[in-house]
This record gives sequence, structure tokens and C-alpha cells, in this order.
Amino acid sequence: MWGPAALTSAGRFSYKESPVTTRGVALDLDGITHRFGHTVAVEGVSLRIEPGEIVALLGPSGCGKTTLLRIVSGLLRQSGGHVAVDGGIVDELPPNERGAGIVFQNYALFPHMTVEANVGYGLRARGAPRAEIAETVERMLALVRMEGFARRLPRQLSGGQQQRVALARTLAVSPRVLLLDEPFGALDKNLRLDMQIEVKRLQRELDITTIMVTHDQEEALSLADRVAVMNHGRVEQFGRPDEIYDRPATLFVATFVGTTNVLRGKLLDDGTLDCAAGRLPLGAVTTRPTGPVVVAVRPEHFRFVVDAEPGIDGRIELVLPLGPLVVYDVILADGTTLKVTSARGATSRAPGDRVRVALAAGSPVSVFGP
Amino acid sequence: MRRHAGDWPLVLPLTLFFAVFVLVPLALLGAVSLYSDTTLTTHGVAQYVKFLTDRFNLGVLGQTLWLGLLATVLALVVGYPLGYIAAVAPPALQRVLLLVIVLPLLTSAVVRTFAWVVILGRQGIVNGLLAAIGLIDAPVRLLYTPWAVVVALAQIQLPLMVLPVITALGNIDPNLRHASHALGAGRWRTFVAVTLPLSAPGLLAGCLLVYAGSVSAFVTQTLVGGGQLMLMPQYMYQQAIQANNYPFAAAVAMILLAAVLAIVIVVNTVTKKTQTLVHG
Repeated sequence: MWGPAALTSAGRFSYKESPVTTRGVALDLDGITHRFGHTVAVEGVSLRIEPGEIVALLGPSGCGKTTLLRIVSGLLRQSGGHVAVDGGIVDELPPNERGAGIVFQNYALFPHMTVEANVGYGLRARGAPRAEIAETVERMLALVRMEGFARRLPRQLSGGQQQRVALARTLAVSPRVLLLDEPFGALDKNLRLDMQIEVKRLQRELDITTIMVTHDQEEALSLADRVAVMNHGRVEQFGRPDEIYDRPATLFVATFVGTTNVLRGKLLDDGTLDCAAGRLPLGAVTTRPTGPVVVAVRPEHFRFVVDAEPGIDGRIELVLPLGPLVVYDVILADGTTLKVTSARGATSRAPGDRVRVALAAGSPVSVFGP
Repeated sequence: MRRHAGDWPLVLPLTLFFAVFVLVPLALLGAVSLYSDTTLTTHGVAQYVKFLTDRFNLGVLGQTLWLGLLATVLALVVGYPLGYIAAVAPPALQRVLLLVIVLPLLTSAVVRTFAWVVILGRQGIVNGLLAAIGLIDAPVRLLYTPWAVVVALAQIQLPLMVLPVITALGNIDPNLRHASHALGAGRWRTFVAVTLPLSAPGLLAGCLLVYAGSVSAFVTQTLVGGGQLMLMPQYMYQQAIQANNYPFAAAVAMILLAAVLAIVIVVNTVTKKTQTLVHG
């Protein structure tokens, strides 16, 4: 089905499709590679994104996530591999013909056009009748709750309003795939949450397959159905947020997503980690061959234990109360520090207190090779 | 930018320079133009009346403004695409193009004008070329025609058109073009609907610079236009130096200044409007 026939039938779409009845389409990335000169920006990325799914490309700046998004959008032609929308290869098609709608990080609203002209731009470009443009613009502005702003210019709008207009402009041409480039990066913290809820609502309402690029892990974990963690042009892990968080596939994922304590040492036969600061029983995690390892433990998976139980000894350096949680910075005998979070309970600890740290029962621990 | 109350001494030298070398001479010129006789004894507006009621004089003014307009249009037609190419060129090529564009500014306008005399003369490059390929038998008159003046002025003023255009195009967020493209607009629509309107401020600024430069380009107008083509700067020179009629020459100067100023104000108003539209 990835032939030329599918390309013409599935690759093009008409403005007549109502955006509200958009049904999600599958998006396949097959061995996408891209080079800028001699630099490899994206290397062998293969992802299958299910219809109606929202996927976050998460990674540090320069990891290739924006390049990948531009390849999917059709603004950039990849050096190798294929992009398929709804089973049809779209490599040769420009953005609108492959049905990709992109919202840029800075929204890229046309500053000299009113909100209404911005939203109607795509429909005008494809020669839709005037009455239909007016009707669609009205419907789109209602969809993003910007009805009263049709005659304003972009500069007369706040950041959140501009983003709503940018979304409306992109959705007005009924894209089959919605691409968001750092969608909330330019918004302040309070507005960000509102817009995240808004985007999630729209995405659910339209059931539109969505890819979102972000370097903000909280954003990725909270909004996306699945997250692709990228580093150096490769996908390190592609999975549900809880998988990414609890079972990081690589040390990079473990350290990039969430807060992690990294302990280096030797894994003994009985499942105990022998490191410079002491011995830490890892419980049932003995699937890895014994020997030198790197172990990643989330701060909330540590607990303080009484001296009779096995654990690593340390001294509390800092106490950071974060509302319902307290973060303890614990310094170990060899000078390394651990972050331990616990619920704010009756037993308050102060800097200078001697403590013994162990894993909470049943905690996921990630063990990697050296 | 924040302004500090104590910063005003910094603008003092420029203000003084401007006052002594621009405002005072201008005031003198204005004063001289308000004498009715060449010996500067009787005050009056006779020179202005004389200019504005004479068909020949008005013709010179009209011809000057018209030639300036033609030169500006030609500079725009040639300069905008050049600026566009330079603006979208990869950085290495852009540096080369910028150098080529700016290079003429480093030579004197007189030198550039003489180059045109050489190119357009009876034994010049163009006539030689046309004769060599057999298109003409005898040299055609190219030099000392209004069109020669228009072409020479447009070329000489070209950098003043291209540089603001490059700046304006460079200030346009490339994502706007990408967004237009992603929404299904082709290159032409993207250019007409997005790039051109957003570069309008630079385009208008360039037009203004070229126009003001063209109508007052004494050397180019005189050397390329020859004696037959009477334009305002040459008229001034003739009245002041040859006819010794300083009040009339001063009045010609004031009228040209007023005419250009009026055009500048109109264009500036339009520019401001487009600028607020584009940059907020």
C-alpha cells in the first residue's frame, strides 16, 4: 500500500473536509536520517504513531527533535528514510498536500493581517469560496474561543491568544496531522497550564494525530500519550510516560527525564550494590549480570531507615520543603550526594542529622552497564 | 532604549554642526531668495512669483521631479530583486553580494558618472557593441538624453535602494514564509501576501533616498544630460554662477527643497502606516 496509488489517494486532501470530523490517521516514520553537511542531525529514527495519538519528541536542544518535526511537516526533505501518513508515503509532497499542519514556536502569525485574515489564509491560498472561508474562520475562532477578536491584529493579542489564533489558522485547513514546535515555550507559567489543557482538549475533540516537540519533560509526560526521548539525533526510548519514567531504557533517559540519583559501583551476587559510600541492597533487581554497573534511583524511591536495616549512611546537608513533599540533600561518606524526597510527615529532619538511606520496597531501579 | 537625563551633552556636537552647516546656510538661502532684485536691496517675493508664473520654470521643476520618479522606479525594479537575492543568499554568498552592492559607494559619484559617459558615448561601449553585432550602421545618440540620465541616476543611487531592502527582508521572520508555505500558498502568493508587504518599510525608505538623491544629483544630471536638458540643480547653478542672479537661484533652491520635502512627508506618512502595521 506504500505505492504511487496510495500517494495520490491518501496524500491529497480537500478543504471541504470538516475539521470537526477529522479522524486520526496513523503516521509512520521509517528510518528517517538527516544530515546538514557532515553533521548528522537525525539518525535512523523509526516511529509508528497511532491514529489520534499525541506524541512528544523530548530531548535537549540540538538533539534533532525540531529537525525531525520539520521533516514530518514537509518543510525539510530528509536525507534518507520515509514519512507515511495513513499508509501513503508523502516524501515528495509539500506540507499542505501531505496534510501536515504546523504551529511554530513563535506562532509566526502574519503581523500585517487581522486575526480573521490569518485564520483564512490557508483557505484563500487553496481558492475556497468566500462564503466558505468566512464560515470556517468563524467556526475556527469559536473552536479556540477567540470569537470576539476577528478584527484585531496579532500584536494586539497576548501570547496565549496569539497561540489560539495560530492553532485556529493551522486547523482551518483540516490537517490530518498536527505538529507543534515547542508550543508552550513562549508562555509564562500560569498561562502555560491553561494552554496545555486547551491543546489537549482540542486534540481530543478533533481526534487529530499530533506530534509535539518539547524540551520540557513535565510538559511531555503530562500531555503526551507516548514520549520519544531523543539524544544526538537518535530515539533513546519511545514509550508511555510511566514507562519512560519508571523504566528508562538508557542512562540518558533516566537522567534527562525527572530527577535521578546515579550510583556507580559493583553489583554483587545477592543483588547488593557495592559502591564507595557503602552497600545498598537493590532488592529483586538481579537480572543483570553482576559486575561494574551504574544504578539510577528516583528520589522518591529512597527512604530513611533505622540503623538495624541495611543501607547507606549519610548526613543531611539541605532540607527543601516543596509543599506536600520535602527534598533532602544527603551527603554520603565518599562526598557524593543523594536526593531523597518524602512526604512531609511528623518526623522532621534537620540539616546535620545522620541518616541511613535504603530503597523503598518494590521500587523500580534501573541498572545499566558501566 | 532607555534615555538618561544627563545624556544631552552627547548630542551637542552634532546639533551644533547641524545648526552651523545646515540650518544657518538654509536660512541665508531663504533670506536671499526674498530679495526682488539681483543687487539685494529690495525685499519681496518677486522671485517666487517669477518662478511660479513662468511656464518654462514650471517645466524645469516638473521635468526634474519626473526624472527623479523614473530613476526611482528603475532603481526599485532593479534593486528589489537584487536585495531579495542578497537577503535569501547563504551567508558566504551574501557577504560577496553585499560587498559588490556597497562597492560603488566607495567611489565618487563623479567617477561613476564619467563611467556612464564612456559607456553611452558615440564611440562608447554600447554603440561599439551594437555596431559590432550589426544592429546599427551609425552610432545612435544615447548620451545627453533624458533616458540616459534616468539609467545613470538609477545605477548610481542603486545601493541606497538595495541596502534598506536587504535590511527589511532580513528582518522578516523566516517562519512566516514557512507558515505560508505550510498553509498551502505557493511562492508567488507567499511573496505577494507576506514578503512584499512586510518589506514595504524598507522599500519606501529606499525609494525616498533614491528620489531625494536623484532630483538633486547635479553632476550626473549635467554630465549625462548635457546642456539641452535643463533640470533644477543645473538651473540653480546657471542662475547663480552664470547669470549672477542670486535671489532667483535661491528661490529655485527653496522651491525644489519644498517640493522634495512635500514628497518626503507624504511617503513618510505612508511608511509610518505600513511600519505600525508590520512592526507594531
